[in-house]
Amino acid sequence: MLNSFLEKREKFNQFLDSVALDLWNTVYNFFISTGSIAIFMYESLKLFGSKPKRTDEIIRHMEFIGNKSVLIILLTGSFTGMALSYQIYLGFQLVNATNLVGPTVALGITRELGPVLTGLIVSARAGGAMAARLGTMRVSEQIDALEVMGVDPKQYLVMPRMVAALITMPLLCGIFDFIAMLGSHLLCINVLGLDEAIFWDKIQLWINPRDINEGLIKSAVFGLTFATICSNAGYFTKGGAKGVGEATNKGVVNSMVLIIILNFIMTNLIRFYYTLTG
Amino acid sequence: MTKEFAIEIKDLRKSFDGGKEFVLNGINLSIPRGSLTVIIGYSGTGKSVLLKHMLGLLKPTYGHVCVLGKDLVSLQESDLVKLRCSFGVLFQNAALFDDLTVLENVAFPIHEHRRYLPAAEIVKIAEKKLHMSGMDTKHFNKLPGELSGGMRKRAGLARALALDPDILLYDEPTTGLDPILTEMVDNLILETHQKQRGSTSIVVSHDLMAAFRIGENVVMLDKGKVLLQGTPSDFLSSDLELVRKFVDKGLKKR
Repeated sequence: MLNSFLEKREKFNQFLDSVALDLWNTVYNFFISTGSIAIFMYESLKLFGSKPKRTDEIIRHMEFIGNKSVLIILLTGSFTGMALSYQIYLGFQLVNATNLVGPTVALGITRELGPVLTGLIVSARAGGAMAARLGTMRVSEQIDALEVMGVDPKQYLVMPRMVAALITMPLLCGIFDFIAMLGSHLLCINVLGLDEAIFWDKIQLWINPRDINEGLIKSAVFGLTFATICSNAGYFTKGGAKGVGEATNKGVVNSMVLIIILNFIMTNLIRFYYTLTG
Repeated sequence: MTKEFAIEIKDLRKSFDGGKEFVLNGINLSIPRGSLTVIIGYSGTGKSVLLKHMLGLLKPTYGHVCVLGKDLVSLQESDLVKLRCSFGVLFQNAALFDDLTVLENVAFPIHEHRRYLPAAEIVKIAEKKLHMSGMDTKHFNKLPGELSGGMRKRAGLARALALDPDILLYDEPTTGLDPILTEMVDNLILETHQKQRGSTSIVVSHDLMAAFRIGENVVMLDKGKVLLQGTPSDFLSSDLELVRKFVDKGLKKR
């Protein structure tokens, strides 16, 4: 009886040990990989001023991240604006406050939904493509070829992608905000019958430029985040096609999760900053 | 370090696990300038790791690698980048940039390192290099994905030749090719070596017959060390057991 108890206790202790060890390894690996991604971002971004300038490459990637995402941003932006307006209208109707539908939608869109949804959509589209492209270049020795040609692969491949994402994301977020508000306007005025003058007057009254800036700043950070994570995943791909698939998956999933976590942190930081500065 | 050797390697050791196991275990090797050297060995003997050391892509754990009289270990990154322009490398699968055409691929290193040249001049040089490697004009504007294996090798070789390198490295150039293409690539290496007077060619391969066919200087690696260095006839008359096995296998394949 005692032996059986001691045996069970031993097994339980071993189980606790393995859980603790796994937890420790997870935390340890998280900090190691976060650190290495931060170093990767620093090393790539500091090449921005170095010669030769990669203006052509930056513009090419801006076209890929920006222009080719416009249609999808227009679609998602307009429908998000309409859906959000309708839900808020239904809620505010209960308390007879439908006049505030416009500013509430505008605040939600400019501060939160605009940057977050733009970040998620573009990281899935362009980030996935970045990870897959760099991963393929790695496994087919194209990155090695660049290096032996005396071309810095980070300067040629990674830095332009990061800079392009940093510049393009606020522009896309601006488009999202605009089209979402247009969708909201269409639904509220033409379908729900709200007064157009009150709708825009209230928005003007409640929305400050800094609400829009908050969203634009967030989207720039999200752009840099997904470009760094996806480029890092692709750049250090190991193995063949399987490795490329895994790198793409890892890049996109990690970017999306981090964008959502960062959004919460940044919301608080920006609120804190605004409180301090009045 | 003397100037008669393109590459001199002294007691090169490399470990990837902090010294527990050495992939390269004391390599001493001198490759004469202007020679065509073939480095052979079974898989996992450290051929590719040695090649990466020659290119300065890996740092030795111990020892020295001197290229054209310069010790890579003590070189600054910027000097290393300059020195790498003395190399032309033909990768196993040619490693052509798949979003650029054949002509753009060959023009790429010229554009990167000779930015002062007008675009038309760069194109002219690239076309010349493509002709040198036996590439037909009709393939110039094709993407690498549209080319056959042999054509890709030719384009890769043209790109390797783009900057008129002092040292040409071929990493397993015939792996995965059929016998006819293998012979074509071997002949291409020989022709290029003869045309590029004064340049040093180093071929890393596991194909013994190719080594005997093209190499004037053959180096065999085993367990991270140089097992034998000499002419093909030195290999045929060697008493070393592993060399004999390798030679017998190679002759049987033939």
